[in-house]
Amino acid sequence: MHTDMELFRRLYRIRRFETVLLDHFKSGIFPGTTHVSLGQEANAVGVLAHLQEGDVAVSNHRSHGHFLAYGGDPQALFAELMGRPSGVCGGVGGSQHLHWRNFYSSGVQGGTVAMAAGMALAEKRAGNGAIVVDFMGDGTLGEGIVYECLNMISLWQLPVLIVLEHNHIAQTTPAKLTIAGRVSQRFETFGIPTAELDSSDILEIFPLAGTLISQVRVESAPRALIIHTERLGAHSKGDDTRPPEELENLWQFRDPIAIQAARLPEAERARIVDEVDADIQRAFEAALGAKGRS
Amino acid sequence: MSEQLPRTVLDSLNLGLHKALVDDPLAILLGEDLLDPYGGAFKVTRGLSSAFPDRVLTTPISEAGITGIAGGMALRGLHPVVEIMFGDFVTLISDQVINHIAKFNNMYNGAATAPVVIRTPMGGRRGYGPTHSQTLEKFFLGVPGLTVLAPFHLLDDDPLGAPGGLLYEAILTSDSPVLFVENKLQYLLKLLTPADLVEYELDTDRSSAFYTLRMKSAPAAMITLATYGYMAHLALEALHRLAYEYEIFCELLVPTRLAPFELQPLFDSVARTGRLLTVEEGTFSLGWGAEVLARTAEALGAGLRQARRLAAKEGVIPVARELEAACLPGVDDIIARVREMV
Repeated sequence: MHTDMELFRRLYRIRRFETVLLDHFKSGIFPGTTHVSLGQEANAVGVLAHLQEGDVAVSNHRSHGHFLAYGGDPQALFAELMGRPSGVCGGVGGSQHLHWRNFYSSGVQGGTVAMAAGMALAEKRAGNGAIVVDFMGDGTLGEGIVYECLNMISLWQLPVLIVLEHNHIAQTTPAKLTIAGRVSQRFETFGIPTAELDSSDILEIFPLAGTLISQVRVESAPRALIIHTERLGAHSKGDDTRPPEELENLWQFRDPIAIQAARLPEAERARIVDEVDADIQRAFEAALGAKGRS
Repeated sequence: MSEQLPRTVLDSLNLGLHKALVDDPLAILLGEDLLDPYGGAFKVTRGLSSAFPDRVLTTPISEAGITGIAGGMALRGLHPVVEIMFGDFVTLISDQVINHIAKFNNMYNGAATAPVVIRTPMGGRRGYGPTHSQTLEKFFLGVPGLTVLAPFHLLDDDPLGAPGGLLYEAILTSDSPVLFVENKLQYLLKLLTPADLVEYELDTDRSSAFYTLRMKSAPAAMITLATYGYMAHLALEALHRLAYEYEIFCELLVPTRLAPFELQPLFDSVARTGRLLTVEEGTFSLGWGAEVLARTAEALGAGLRQARRLAAKEGVIPVARELEAACLPGVDDIIARVREMV
């Protein structure tokens, strides 16, 4: 069921999770750093809603939204970020290194494309119709291994959908300072059919991703989806050097939660918000209250 | 598959791969130029693409990519075996090995395994020059989660021979990733048979993957030589000449598992001899020998009376035959160093 309400619930769940995470970061309960996906929630939900049993999702350093959209447990994710034994990976992996069921993430740029390619090769050989979805960012386009793998993904017709979340900024550096040429040509030149969308609207992303995933599955062949998106938050926590007016503009026009919320009756929207807030609060408190390391 | 016993290290490794493909339906080989009739730059995979056409994948020249892809394959249940054509190119795969494949099991808290076997030939003495002759495995020793193996050229009682048996076991039974270090000159070595070893005593310690050799019925050994791979062949010749020409008796300790370090048989030997010389074809500083010496000193304290390391000189490996020979440790260097020590 992917009603407007359900899609809003999934989007808002990610937003609320990361907002609570950021609110509590100052208190010191989360070690290290974290990369939140504010503004990019519709990519995670719109793509991963189409996964079937046995499919594989590969994510990167900005993985909370992907993990939650995949069906991951917010309590286990909070616990992981707190470094608790009850976390997704026992507190070892943290924000960037998650593995649960068929979800995998890792923190080194580019290597995840190789992981996804190898997984798709394994699934293709197993012949069970499973596919792999691999999320990458525009910053990752600087890594050489990406192009080695795009070549082999096409050469061997591997069933993988590469989702490029093109937020036009890599940490603090605008893409125009690092990327030459057209991004879509990077995929097309290897013979990977590529779709491109400039939107933060779940109702645009969701159907296009569905079409592409269906093509990957039916043809057992790769596709790429470039989603021009906007990162509304910092790269990690306090490292946003963009001018406030630019961010205000993005929040006004490119917030996927606001875009989808506007489609719901106020009472429905408020009810979902209250329910999700309570769920996330429960998950946070349960993670916090869970047994620490003795 | 041949019923004959393998004659050389190359035969043995080829048989090991063949048997792995027969016995393990999850095993799959990938690398550059693996297909027949070429069969790999050093012919280790010869015949395999003909026998198993859908399980030998020839790849573009993309060492990082194919190693990373092997990691993904392994996470999803396959047993990929990657050939890196020259050991020098392990620098290209280092991020995939160190930050990805060797980490998956630990960083995912034990919930995933990545049993990738990466085979590659190290070593010089072929005149291939600075970028095709190095011995670089020292950079991969001590990487958490990574096992490093180096075969010994022995027939052993394994029908595959010791090198092929070691490789076969790594492919079929290892849960963790393995860097399997071969050597270009070692490929052509004849496997040592019981007839070849008639003058020697051979102890085999399977749990720590060590072989110990000494002259039969000789006086107590005065020094322990420790080395692996092709250098074990040179060290065995040195041991023989030291006994006959100088009446200096040695024990030769040959590990086949370089990492994780587990050196008890070596400690036992040095406890008997009091002296240790490590020999390696890689460069001197921060090498295999440095770690072996440090661990032996920690284990034995004053029981280690004297210790030295012999290794390659720290420069590029030249193409010119005489310059290359001067750069890499040889039999005469081992003999000279042992004579200085006893």
